[in-house]
Amino acid sequence: MDLARTEVEPRAGEKPPARRRPRLRPCPRTHPRTGSAARLALMAVPVVFFGLFFAYPVAAITARGLRIDGVWRFGRIGDVLAQSDIRHVLWFTTWQALASTALTLLIALPGAYVFARFDFRGKQVLRAVVTVPFVLPTVVVGTAFLALLGRGGLLDELWGVRLDTTVWAILLAHVFFNYAVVVRTVGGLWSQLDPRQEEAARMLGASRFAAWRRVTLPALGPAVAAAALMVFLFTFTSFGVVQILGGPTFSTLEVEIYRQTSEIFDLSTAAVLTLVQFVAVGAILAVHAWTVRRRETALRLVDASVTARRPRGAGQWTLLAAVLATIAVLLVLPLAVLVERSLDAPGFGYYKALTSDEGGIFLVPPIEAVGNSLQYALAATAIALLIGGLAAAALTRRDAGRLVRGFDALLMLPLGVSAVTVGFGFLIALDKPPLDLRSTWIIVPLAQALVGVPFVVRTMLPVLRAVDGRLREAAAVLGASPWRVWREVDLPMVRRALLIAAGFAFAVSLGEFGATVFIARPDNPTLPVAVARLLGRAGELNYGQAMALSTILMVVCAVALLVLERLRTDRTGEF
Amino acid sequence: MSTTRKFTAVAVGIGLAALTACGSSDSGDEGSGSKTVTLVSHDSFAYTKAVLKEFEKESGYKVRVLKDGDAGTAVNKAILTKDNPQGDVFFGVDNTLLSRALDNGLFQSYEAKGSELILPQYRVDQDKHRVTPIDSGDICVNYDKAYFSKHKLAPPTSFDDLIKPEYKNLLVTENASTSSPGLGFLLGTAAKYGDDGWQGYWKKLKANGVKVVDGWEQAYNVEFSGSAGGKKAKGDRPLVVSYASSPPAEIIYADPKPKTAPTGVADGTCFRQVEYAGLLSNAKNTKGGKALLDFLISKKFQDDMPLNMFVYPVREAAEVPQEFRKFGPQAENPETLDPARIADNRDEWVKSWTSLVLK
Repeated sequence: MDLARTEVEPRAGEKPPARRRPRLRPCPRTHPRTGSAARLALMAVPVVFFGLFFAYPVAAITARGLRIDGVWRFGRIGDVLAQSDIRHVLWFTTWQALASTALTLLIALPGAYVFARFDFRGKQVLRAVVTVPFVLPTVVVGTAFLALLGRGGLLDELWGVRLDTTVWAILLAHVFFNYAVVVRTVGGLWSQLDPRQEEAARMLGASRFAAWRRVTLPALGPAVAAAALMVFLFTFTSFGVVQILGGPTFSTLEVEIYRQTSEIFDLSTAAVLTLVQFVAVGAILAVHAWTVRRRETALRLVDASVTARRPRGAGQWTLLAAVLATIAVLLVLPLAVLVERSLDAPGFGYYKALTSDEGGIFLVPPIEAVGNSLQYALAATAIALLIGGLAAAALTRRDAGRLVRGFDALLMLPLGVSAVTVGFGFLIALDKPPLDLRSTWIIVPLAQALVGVPFVVRTMLPVLRAVDGRLREAAAVLGASPWRVWREVDLPMVRRALLIAAGFAFAVSLGEFGATVFIARPDNPTLPVAVARLLGRAGELNYGQAMALSTILMVVCAVALLVLERLRTDRTGEF
Repeated sequence: MSTTRKFTAVAVGIGLAALTACGSSDSGDEGSGSKTVTLVSHDSFAYTKAVLKEFEKESGYKVRVLKDGDAGTAVNKAILTKDNPQGDVFFGVDNTLLSRALDNGLFQSYEAKGSELILPQYRVDQDKHRVTPIDSGDICVNYDKAYFSKHKLAPPTSFDDLIKPEYKNLLVTENASTSSPGLGFLLGTAAKYGDDGWQGYWKKLKANGVKVVDGWEQAYNVEFSGSAGGKKAKGDRPLVVSYASSPPAEIIYADPKPKTAPTGVADGTCFRQVEYAGLLSNAKNTKGGKALLDFLISKKFQDDMPLNMFVYPVREAAEVPQEFRKFGPQAENPETLDPARIADNRDEWVKSWTSLVLK
């Protein structure tokens, strides 16, 4: 789903280098009582935020569907699930997500290895490039992907193979979107595993494969599982990809919720499906939380910069070449198609047209969408950092009870709940004073921040947890106030993680489409909304302008991600 | 370290600037006093600024426009929020959804000034005047002129033609359950062949290789060989279900403008869509809403509308642009259906269409 396009896995790369701090486990349990009081205080703001802007609207729209004439109709659940159409949708949703996840792992794990262990020219730029699809709105990418896999696409011209409206198009597009999840989650950890451990095993007589299987694989396992679960979550709730590439015969749960709510207006069926998706996503997130906890057990980590080296030997060069070729065909080519089509008018004609409002589709020239998007994204980033930062601070301590873990999962739920449900929920729930937000601009960044928060939490949390508790204690013993402890001890260590979280929240807000389209105001369209509207009209100029705006969105996202890559690597000597 | 700090400072600075900028630019039009009137519509609503300005000057109302998703979504949202509506007037409910809006009590009665000048074929709900017709458009099969001249084949002109062998594998249409032109085309066949005949017609259409895609964008901009987008995407279907006003759009939005439209309309395949506006039941500014409705059927707005929304006016003697008359004339005998009949049958027809055509 569009709402869900975010990287939620922390990159272990943000943990401080282990040389200074050999054990990553902080000392738990300092002042249990004051600790929990402080935690409750920190949790208050995020809890209120999620209560008001997520739980309440979603509950309101679900209740509207299931409560008819003042009576709850829970019998509808059975009725809906008994329909063969619905069961077909559930079945397709599940198996395509499984297949997509398997294919993504198959194609992206070699990439994760290459990014983790090899040093080569342009690595930073390439890592930013493979992440671009992840934050682009599916409406843009679906169009480009169709041009590649569909008629007259590259496959068609080379071998006469066309994959549009087949399940293969869906699966490959899912790989395209989620490649970065695997590369960043698994690769991030991989780059920090000390290669000397594997070397030691080989010295002791283990074969290359056995050493890898006994030493590296167990260490990577939980990260692979976490990445797989995230890919499964995103593909299970896939919306745009399935709608554009799947044709009318394939439908996921998310697409069906959209259809039932927005087209057929059968709110009770939509409510039942929302509940089903809720349960499924809750289960996925629970398993995910469990694997993440397992991964946080102490590993011997080293600075990523010492583990990567230039490839040696024919085998390694071949692997690198194969991964680069995969990225070129699967990730870069669809993006290049967008650029090519945006330039298909003499003298940047489509770009120039963006500055005029003659088309009348908008009340403003389409180019103003760029400014709107940037403003909204900045506001959304600020909100996500505030809420996510507070939540991460509250969740830092490891002596977390069930309540806290539940809270952790709650923060992730917006990733798996249908954007149309959230959007319609906002409409009917936030319409009365003091919460009459429907006609205010802040409603857009609020919705976008819902998607940004999980990312902020997932980036900040491992870093905060890695801060040695004894440092805090020492500062407190020396008389520092809690605020001062945070400023002097925690902040310097997490500043970089904070910036990376901010960057991602920003990019994700820029690309958010599903919820924004429901609430964005007409005189302030965002980039993805403007693209969708332009694509919805006949005529060459509209099509060209849509491609030009998509290219601009892509470049802005790529620049944001490149800045992140710079932050990521000039870490040496920071702490 | 120092660059990091600078970056933080800049980011925070920009963030604050953006917040204040958004805040201040919006504070102006939030005034909910009776001097502001709000029009809720769908994404396709468009107009010339000067025309609306003139209305604002004459009436003293400031108009706020709220575009609320595609046509179906906008209607559904209006129904969901009808107790505390987002505006005063809703524009953009068409004949396929009219009953849903009326049955849910979306509108209150008001007979707009000048409604006696609306062409009689568009009038509905004459006893209660809950809605006022504003525009009409025809959903028709469009054809790629180049394809048919290259293959020395006459383009189809009727529903019956579409099932003939010479047009095998040429047509692409939209999913009737998710796309309004798709639904319109289905309703057109239901009107033409009746309750007993339309399913048999679709069986033949399916056997003749009709392709169904989910939305208009894909059908028109990707699959159809005649549109600008479709040419780039190497679309290979020379027939597509679109609008009678699509050929003029291919001229108006082209640069340089061609002398003649690259596409044409199969006249006997049209279903007429009419769009209505009405005063919302719980409108806060009923007086302003009434003035706005009067304006929507005034000659000024009706003249302005066609080139902005690619629809036809409903008012007598309103001006139809030259490109429309030349390249996208209205169908002479479009299929039509009574909104009540659509309401009674829509869900069932779509359901059996889905299992007939998609499964």
